[in-house]
Amino acid sequence: MSCMRRFCHETQSHDSLHSCMCRRSVALLLLKMSEERDPAALSGSAQTEGEEDLFVSAMESPEAARLSAEDISPSSNGPRDDDPDDPDDLFAEATEEVSLDSPERQPILSDGPSPAITPVTISPRVDVFDRSPDLDEDEEENRDTFDIQISVSDPEKVGDGMNAYMVYKVMTKTSLSIFSRDEVCVKRRFSDFLGLHSKLASKYMHMGYIVPPAPEKSIVGMTKVKVGKEDLSSVEFVEKRRSALERYLLRTVKHPALLKDPDVLQFLESSELPRAVSTQALSGAGILRMVNKAADAVNKMTIKMNESDAWFEEKQQQFENLDVQLRKLHASVESLVCHRKELSVNTASFAKSAAMLGNSEDHTALSRALSQLAEVEEKIDQLHQDQSYADFYLISELLGDYVRLITAVKGVFDQRMKAWAKWQDAQVMLQRKREAEAKLQYASKPDKLQQATDEIREEIEEWEGKVQQGERDFEQISKNIRREVGRFEKDRVKDFRVVIIKYLESLVHTQQQLIKYWEAFLPEAKAIA
Amino acid sequence: MKQTFCVIFKKESSIIAVDSISCGPHCLMNVDLQTDATLQVDISDALSERDKVKFTVHTKSTLPNFKQNEFSVVRQHEEFIWLHDSFVENEEYAGYIIPPAPPRPDFDASREKLQKLGEGEGSMTKEEFTKMKQELEAEYLAIFKKTVAMHEVFLCRVAAHPVLRKDLNFHVFLEYNQDLSVRGKNKKERLEDFFKNVVKSADGVLVAGVKDVDDFFEHEKTFLLEYHNRVKEASAKSDRKIRSHKNAADDINRIASTLYTLGTQDSTDLCKFFLKVSELFEKTRKIEARVAADEDLKLADLLKYYLRESQAAKDLLYRRGRALVDYENANKALDKARAKNKDVLQAETTQQVCCQKFEKISESAKQELIDFKTRRVAAFRKNLVELAELELKHAKGNLQLLQSCLGVLKGDT
Repeated sequence: MSCMRRFCHETQSHDSLHSCMCRRSVALLLLKMSEERDPAALSGSAQTEGEEDLFVSAMESPEAARLSAEDISPSSNGPRDDDPDDPDDLFAEATEEVSLDSPERQPILSDGPSPAITPVTISPRVDVFDRSPDLDEDEEENRDTFDIQISVSDPEKVGDGMNAYMVYKVMTKTSLSIFSRDEVCVKRRFSDFLGLHSKLASKYMHMGYIVPPAPEKSIVGMTKVKVGKEDLSSVEFVEKRRSALERYLLRTVKHPALLKDPDVLQFLESSELPRAVSTQALSGAGILRMVNKAADAVNKMTIKMNESDAWFEEKQQQFENLDVQLRKLHASVESLVCHRKELSVNTASFAKSAAMLGNSEDHTALSRALSQLAEVEEKIDQLHQDQSYADFYLISELLGDYVRLITAVKGVFDQRMKAWAKWQDAQVMLQRKREAEAKLQYASKPDKLQQATDEIREEIEEWEGKVQQGERDFEQISKNIRREVGRFEKDRVKDFRVVIIKYLESLVHTQQQLIKYWEAFLPEAKAIA
Repeated sequence: MKQTFCVIFKKESSIIAVDSISCGPHCLMNVDLQTDATLQVDISDALSERDKVKFTVHTKSTLPNFKQNEFSVVRQHEEFIWLHDSFVENEEYAGYIIPPAPPRPDFDASREKLQKLGEGEGSMTKEEFTKMKQELEAEYLAIFKKTVAMHEVFLCRVAAHPVLRKDLNFHVFLEYNQDLSVRGKNKKERLEDFFKNVVKSADGVLVAGVKDVDDFFEHEKTFLLEYHNRVKEASAKSDRKIRSHKNAADDINRIASTLYTLGTQDSTDLCKFFLKVSELFEKTRKIEARVAADEDLKLADLLKYYLRESQAAKDLLYRRGRALVDYENANKALDKARAKNKDVLQAETTQQVCCQKFEKISESAKQELIDFKTRRVAAFRKNLVELAELELKHAKGNLQLLQSCLGVLKGDT
């Protein structure tokens, strides 16, 4: 469905695809509405009871309300009431839509009543973006009650040969209520993670949410593992991947909206997950993705946006600069990791040669001292190796993650550009329709005139609506982006601080060990008579 | 003994002058050789020009054969080699370990890097360029110091040797203030040398095969052979290790620069953080580079020197072995002559000469080898102790920097 939606975006056509998009957006709305309605449910509004049943298993209402504390601000209820359309119909649409759309949702979203589909106008999209404007303080509260631990562990190889794959145990420990249990353990494979990411991206990116990118595929690494080479490099590869998957999940659940997403919950909780085939590179969906990426790139080049908001221009420039520097830093750190590994290997071989030299030395005290030197150097080699692991897992991986995250951030800015373009295009169309209407006055036969005029009038109304929608969307996405960027920056500051301090502590430890070793050696050296 | 060096090297337009570096390395080998006041030699100054190095050899002596008590001359590398070769070729000195010749000053690698830096000047920022230039200059300086030290050690060893110090060529070398007109070997001579070496090593194998009656020498032979090979390996490995260390330090340098740029660009609280960490890494990098340099000086140079010395000791054993073979051949010839009763007197004299030569070499060789051991043990002890002390000093310094930075950073949060 995601691909179909994108096509719709691109072509901006009025065909059935378009209504699919609306239905999809309705599904999104549905999820948001349900959260936002929970406080309403609490306050006893019976209106939504029926629709709520759909979501009972996914989000237990009373506790869910605590999660959606961010939505409890009075102002949040306001805009939604402006919604001209009957919300019930929307929900109806959603049920229908959901059952068509994602089979994997069925376990969570139990089949409710399947009502008739009433013609849907574009307005449902309004609500999708109408999140509470004052989320920032509420998010802060949320953060304090943020209590979820996720670990990815125990990689296991399943199967043989080229069809083999690694399965990881994902354990979630939490006191949050949206989860059905305190502690859940599931088994997932790499393509499951990719599948989760692609679903989240398709749902949230266009709204301006920064969706954390999934770890990268690696054909070389995986092939080694599949083939069964039990050597150090494939062990390291699996460990690197495990660690990356853990970080990915933690980042995803840190995002307040993503945490509540049913796909995320399903991923973390449900024991069986349908295989995400569309993440394979050579699947139909994979190829479609590549085509879309190319189309996106072309579009990006052709859209020239008149930036009225200096904040966005400034931020985009900042992220560009940050991207460049982080990539440079990443490259230097990778080089450091490599050289430290080399240093460790060379120190080990020197230690051996020093031991041999000690053996051949015929002066006993010197011989002993040389052997001691060899031992010290061996210990130091181990130290260097440990340090290089710290270099890698702490700094290098963090930098890699952030380089990918910034790509996601840039993507979000691009989405805003697309929204702007859509809005502008709608305005152009509206203008054209108005011109056509004016022309009609002078043209054609009087009997057809009325019909044509009515048609044109309808179309103009439609396009007026679209223009308004486009403007609202654009403003909403801009608002979302501001918020997201603020959150991103806060997280970035925290992440870097924590990691750099940890790294410095590892350096401190290394130096302390070095001191210990050399202090032990010094009396031996002095004892040479 | 503190020395000052004045290093001036010209690279196209840039002239860099550095001075007064106190030199520790020369004491590397001469643990107790400086106590003799009758003859003290050192290199008080050195000048590096485009493709040669000029050493100022300074002598202080109370010996009567010198015209003055204190004087200086300027010498180049080729003249040192000439002196060394004259010792080797002198039959009188066959029984001594000839101090190994200093290696040729090799600035090629450094010069190449400097040139590459000049070419790449446009592609990096001004700060990066000045930083790298400084580093290369430091490297150049380090190599320079080393070559001066090597040449000085050679002279000091000669001056300390009871017999060699009296050598006439040595005195000429020290005193004659004109150019010695010693040219480097031309192609023909170098080819001759090459063949001589080939013959010598083949011969050496034959000679080494001869079992020695004397236990002491037999033991020394096996010991030196093995020791020489092990030192060679250890020397190569330690060089590789130190190179990796330098590479890692260079990476830290680049990381520090990038962090600095990040710090200046960042709009969040991280900017102060990055700047502080960048500063820290600049300092720790300097320490890491010093650690690598000190390891180079105390460990790698030690091993390299003893590689050369053990080769010189092996050469001594070879000469003795050669003399032994000659002696035995002379004995056989004498027996044959006596049997045939022809040229007996001649054979007798030859045998006498060989015998004397052999015994003379054996006697001095024994003492030389014992001294070699003493020197070796003392040098290793000194250097290993200094190595450990320096490593400790640097690690403690590093630790203190890291801890103070951590304190500041943690306090900020």
